[in-house]
Amino acid sequence: MENRIEQIKSEAIEALKEVADIEQIKSLSVKYLGRKGLVTLFLRNISQLPPDQRPEAGKQANITKKELEKAFAEAISDIENQDQGAQANAIDVSLPGRPATRGTLHPITHITRQICSIFGRMGFDVAEGPEIETDYYNFEALNIPKYHPARDMQDTFYVSDNIVLRTHTSPIQVHIMEQNAPPIRIVAPGKVYRCDSDLTHTPMFNQVEGLLVDEQISFGDLKGILEAFVHEIFDEQISLRFRPSFFPFTEPSAEVDILCVMCRGKGCKVCSNTGWLEVLGCGMVHPAVFENVGYDTRRYNGFAFGMGVERLAMLKYGINDLRMFFESDYRFLRQF
Amino acid sequence: MKVSLNWLKQYVPFDILPAELADRLTMAGLEVEAVTDRFEYLNAVVVGKITDVRPHPDADKLRLCTVDTGDQTLCVVCGAPNAKAGIKVPCALSGAVLPEGLTVRKSTIRGESSEGMLCSEAELELGPDRSGLMVLNDDLTAGSPLNIALNLSDTVFEIGLTPNRPDCLSFIGIAREVATMVNQPVTLPEIKLAETADRIENHTSVTISDPELCPRYAARLVTDITVAPSPFWLQDRLLSIGLNPINNIVDITNFVMMETGQPLHAFDFDHLAENRIMVRTAKENESFTTLDGKERRLTDDTLMICDGEKPVAVAGVMGGLNSEIEETTTRVLLESAYFNPISIRKTAKRLALNSDASHRFERGVDPEGTINAVNRAAQLLSEIGNGTLVGGIIDEYPRPFSVSSIVLGITKTNQYLGTDLSQTEIADYLESVEFKVEIKDKDTLLVLPPTFRVDVSRPEDLMEEVARLWGYNNIKTTFPKISGVTNLPNQSIKTKDRIKDLMAGYGFSESITYSFMGKDACDRLNLPEDDPRRQMLDILNPISEDQSVMRTSLVPGLLDAMHRNLSHQVRNLKIFELGKIFISNGQAKQPSETEMLAGLWTGTRHDMTWHGKPVPCDFYDLKGVLEDFFLNFGMERISFSKMEDDRCAYTQAGHTAKILLDGQPIGLIGEAAPAVLNNFNIKQPAFIFEINVNRFLSNLPETKMFVPIPKFPFTDRDITLIVDNPVQAGDILDKVKLFDEKLMEDIRILDVYSGPPIPAGKKSISLRVVYRSFAETLSDQQVNLVHQQLTDRIIQEFNATLPV
Repeated sequence: MENRIEQIKSEAIEALKEVADIEQIKSLSVKYLGRKGLVTLFLRNISQLPPDQRPEAGKQANITKKELEKAFAEAISDIENQDQGAQANAIDVSLPGRPATRGTLHPITHITRQICSIFGRMGFDVAEGPEIETDYYNFEALNIPKYHPARDMQDTFYVSDNIVLRTHTSPIQVHIMEQNAPPIRIVAPGKVYRCDSDLTHTPMFNQVEGLLVDEQISFGDLKGILEAFVHEIFDEQISLRFRPSFFPFTEPSAEVDILCVMCRGKGCKVCSNTGWLEVLGCGMVHPAVFENVGYDTRRYNGFAFGMGVERLAMLKYGINDLRMFFESDYRFLRQF
Repeated sequence: MKVSLNWLKQYVPFDILPAELADRLTMAGLEVEAVTDRFEYLNAVVVGKITDVRPHPDADKLRLCTVDTGDQTLCVVCGAPNAKAGIKVPCALSGAVLPEGLTVRKSTIRGESSEGMLCSEAELELGPDRSGLMVLNDDLTAGSPLNIALNLSDTVFEIGLTPNRPDCLSFIGIAREVATMVNQPVTLPEIKLAETADRIENHTSVTISDPELCPRYAARLVTDITVAPSPFWLQDRLLSIGLNPINNIVDITNFVMMETGQPLHAFDFDHLAENRIMVRTAKENESFTTLDGKERRLTDDTLMICDGEKPVAVAGVMGGLNSEIEETTTRVLLESAYFNPISIRKTAKRLALNSDASHRFERGVDPEGTINAVNRAAQLLSEIGNGTLVGGIIDEYPRPFSVSSIVLGITKTNQYLGTDLSQTEIADYLESVEFKVEIKDKDTLLVLPPTFRVDVSRPEDLMEEVARLWGYNNIKTTFPKISGVTNLPNQSIKTKDRIKDLMAGYGFSESITYSFMGKDACDRLNLPEDDPRRQMLDILNPISEDQSVMRTSLVPGLLDAMHRNLSHQVRNLKIFELGKIFISNGQAKQPSETEMLAGLWTGTRHDMTWHGKPVPCDFYDLKGVLEDFFLNFGMERISFSKMEDDRCAYTQAGHTAKILLDGQPIGLIGEAAPAVLNNFNIKQPAFIFEINVNRFLSNLPETKMFVPIPKFPFTDRDITLIVDNPVQAGDILDKVKLFDEKLMEDIRILDVYSGPPIPAGKKSISLRVVYRSFAETLSDQQVNLVHQQLTDRIIQEFNATLPV
C-alpha cells in the first residue's frame, strides 16, 4: 500500500512539472486533493486495509497530502510572482492618478512666516496693527514732526489731514509700547502703502517691523540679532555690512546690505553695480520715541528694524517683476 | 547731490581711487548711488587730421573734409569756417553722444555722405568757443580718443543724502568728510574783497518784520557789473554737476551755493522800488509771478522778500520775475539769509516748488555761514563781472543762533554702542569732524557741535558720529541678554495662518490683491444705495481712478483677478484672499478695519483628467469645503440658510446661502450673479464665499473635547418622504436634531428627487437614520419603536407623506 501512495505522489509531482498555468494547477489539485481526488479517496478507503497497515498508511497519506498542498501552492505562487506584470489584467501604472490638487500660499505669506519664525526662535512675539493710522502714530510719535523733511522719505497716501495709510509698520512699535511695559520683543508684519507706482514700486507692499526694548541693549546686540537673521534667511556664508543711514526714529541708524546674491559682489543690474543689496533698515530706538510712550530712557534702550518682504521674496525666489505679487496670475500663484 | 572729483580736490587733497572713495563715503553714511565718468562721451570722439578740404557741390557754406582718424579715412561734411587741410580737430564718430544731446550718425547732407562730425570746443563742453572747429595741438596722434589725448578725466558721484545731513549739500561739506578720511585739512577759498569807501548803508536798508521766520538776512551791493557769459572755468564747474550756465551773475550765485551750501539770491538793484528790502509775510491771496513765469497765489504765512512797494521773491524758494537779472543789469543786491526751515518747507509744499534753495533751507543751512557766502559771491562778482563792491555789509540778525554743549558719558557711549573706546579716541573722532570737545571729568566730555551740524543735539547723535567714524563694521556683534518672558497674545495671528493652510489644503491658491478699489466697485457689485459697503474711505491723492478708495469688499478684487486669468486662458481657478476691508467712519476718523476671508471657484471640479469627463464645479463643491472648514475649527453651530429679504446683490437669487453662527450671520456663499459677472466682463459661472474673520475669531471654541468611541453596534433605518418643493432638506435635518432623540446618532440625506412619479410641486427626500446606544446593543424592536415615532414627527412637522 505504501507503494500506492508513493505512486500517486510521484504521478502528481510529474504532472505538476508538465503544467504551466494556474488553472491547470488548480485542476491537478482537484484531481489529487479534491473531494473525489486520488489522495482523498485513498484516505477514505483506508478502512479496507488490514488493521496493522492502517496507521502507517494513514500517516503516509496525510504527509503526502500536505506535501502536495504545499507543492501546488508554491507552483501557483511561483507563476504569480514571475508573471505579475505580464498579466492580461495589469494596469497602466504610468497613467496619472485621480487629482488631489493642493492649493498654494502666496510667496509673501511664505517669506513673512519664515521671517517671523526665525525671530520667534530668538524670543520675539508677533504683533499687528491698523493699516490706516493717525498722523500721530505714523509720524509724530516716531519723531517725524509735521513739515520735517524726513516726511519726504515716504510718499504718503492721505485720507484727511490727520489720517493716513500707514507708510511703514513702525506705528505698531508705538502701539505695543503704549500698551506694554518693557521688556518688549516683537516682530510685526503687515501691508504698508506709499504713493508711488512704477517698475520698482507698488503703492502697496509688505514689511516686517521688529522691536526689542530691554536694559543695557547695545548697537552690538542689534548687529548680533540681525546678522543671525540674515545668515538664517539667506545662508551662513553670506557677507553683510552695516552702513550709517538715517531714520528719524532711530539713532544711530543703519542700513544692512548683503553681498549681491546675483553677482556675488562683482556688480550687476540687480545691485546697480554696487555689489551690495540693501535688505534692512535698523537702529537704536531714538530717545524721543521712548519719551513719547513714557518709557524711562535712563533705564531702557533698544533697537528697531524693518524690512521689505517683497524684496526678500524677489531675491529668494528670483522674481524679477515686483508687480507680479499683486496681479493674482494663477500661473504665478501656483508656483509657490 | 552730484559731486565732481576735480572740483572736490580744490578743497581737500586726496589720491584715493574714485571707487574706494565712493565706498568710504558710503560707509560714512553718504551713500554713493552712482559713479560716472564725466568724459565718457569723448571715447567716441577722436583726434582727426584734415587731409583735404573741397567745396560742397550743392551748398555754399558747407565743405567736404577728408579726415584721417588713424585706422580709417572718413569723409565729413563741415560748415566751420576754419576747416583747412593740415589741422587736427576733434572728430565725433558715428554713435557718439555729445553733451548737448546730439547723437552723431552717418548721414547724407545735401547729397554728400558724411561719416562723422567735426566739433567746436563748445559742442564738446571743452571751452566757450563755438565759432569754429577746436584746433588741437599738432603733437596729438590721429585716432586717439580725445579724453586720452587731452588727458581729461573727472569722476562724478551721485550722493543720496539723507535729510539729516544738509551740511553735505555742498562741496565744502563733502570735503570735510573726505578730509577726516584722509586726515588732511580742508582748504577754504581765500576771500579778498576790494571794497569802495562808499558804504552800503547809504544806498539801501533791510527791514525784517517777522524775525521768527527770518532770523538773519545779510546783503551786499555790487555796482558797474557787465552781464556776460561766465568764464569757461566757472561754466565747466557747473556743467560738471549738470547745471546749465546762464550768465556770470546767476552762475556765481549757483557756484557759491554749491561750494558753501548757502543759497544766495541776486536782485537787480534798479528794479527794487525805493532800493530797499523788506522781509514780511504775504497778504492772504496776494498773487506773485515767480522766475519760472508762473503766477502763484500766496497765503498770509508765506514769507516774502519785498522792496519798498511789492514782493520781489518768495523767500528761500524762488525769485520773482519782476527783479530778475537781465542783460542790462548793472547793480546787484546779493542776499544771503537764514530762513526758518519749517516756514520754507510749508511754502515750498504749498506752491509745489522744490528748488535747490528751498531744498537746503528746509533742511537747515549753517546760520553762521551767511556772511562768508555773501562775501565769496561778492568777491567773484567783482572779479568776474568787473563789478565795484560797495563798502560794508548789511547783517540784520534779530535772532542770534546759539548752540548748546552736549554732555557725553564715555561709559554710556561704549555701553550703547558695544564698543570699548577710550575718552581720547572718542574726543579725537568728534574733533575730526569739527566738534569742540572739552574734558569735563574722566568719564565725561562736553561737546559743542559746529553750527553747520544742525542735526546734532543729543548725546545719541554724538554716539552715532563716534560709531560711524569708528566704523559700524568694527563694532563687535553680541547677543542681547534676554530678561524676563514676553508673551503677547497672538492667537488671532496663529488662527489666520491656520485658515490659510486649510484653504490651501482644499486646493485654493492664496491671492493678495490691492487694498484699493475704484469708486465704481460698489456699482459693479450692484450694491443697493444703503449698503454699508458704500461707506468708502476716499484717498485724497490716489495713484489712479481704479485705486481711489479703500476696498469695502474682497469680491471685486477676486472677480478682477478672475477676469485677468481668463484673458490668460486660465479657465479653472480656485483662489482665496485673507485681508482687510475698510468701512469709513468719515474721512476725519480711522475706518473700521475688518479682516475678511473670501474665495472664488470657477471652471471644473477637477483638472482635466483621463478618469472622466470634466465636471463643472457647483455650489455644493464650495459648500463642502466650507462645511469641513468650520468643522475643522470645531464650530458645530454653523448653519447655511437661504436668503430671503436680505438677499445679496452680487450673487444669484435662489443660489445663495447665508452662513450663520448661532443664528448670527458670519458670511455667505453663492453663485455670482450674471449681471455682476457681466460688469466684470466675465462670461463663465463663478462661485464665491465670504467669511467675516473678526466674527469667526471671536467665536472660536476654546478647546476641543474628546468624544468616547462607541462600544456597541449601530442599526440604521431609511425613510423616504414626499414634501413640498420649497422645503429645505437642511431644515429637516436641523429640526430632527432638535428632537433630541437620544438613540439617534446621525441622520443624513441619501437622495433628493423630483419628477415622475412624484407629483408636480413635490419632491422626495430619502434619509438614513443611524441609531446607537452607548449602554447596550439595540434590539430591532427598540429601534423600530423609536424610528416610528421619529418618522411620525417629521411627517407632521413638514406636512410630508410617505411614498405610495
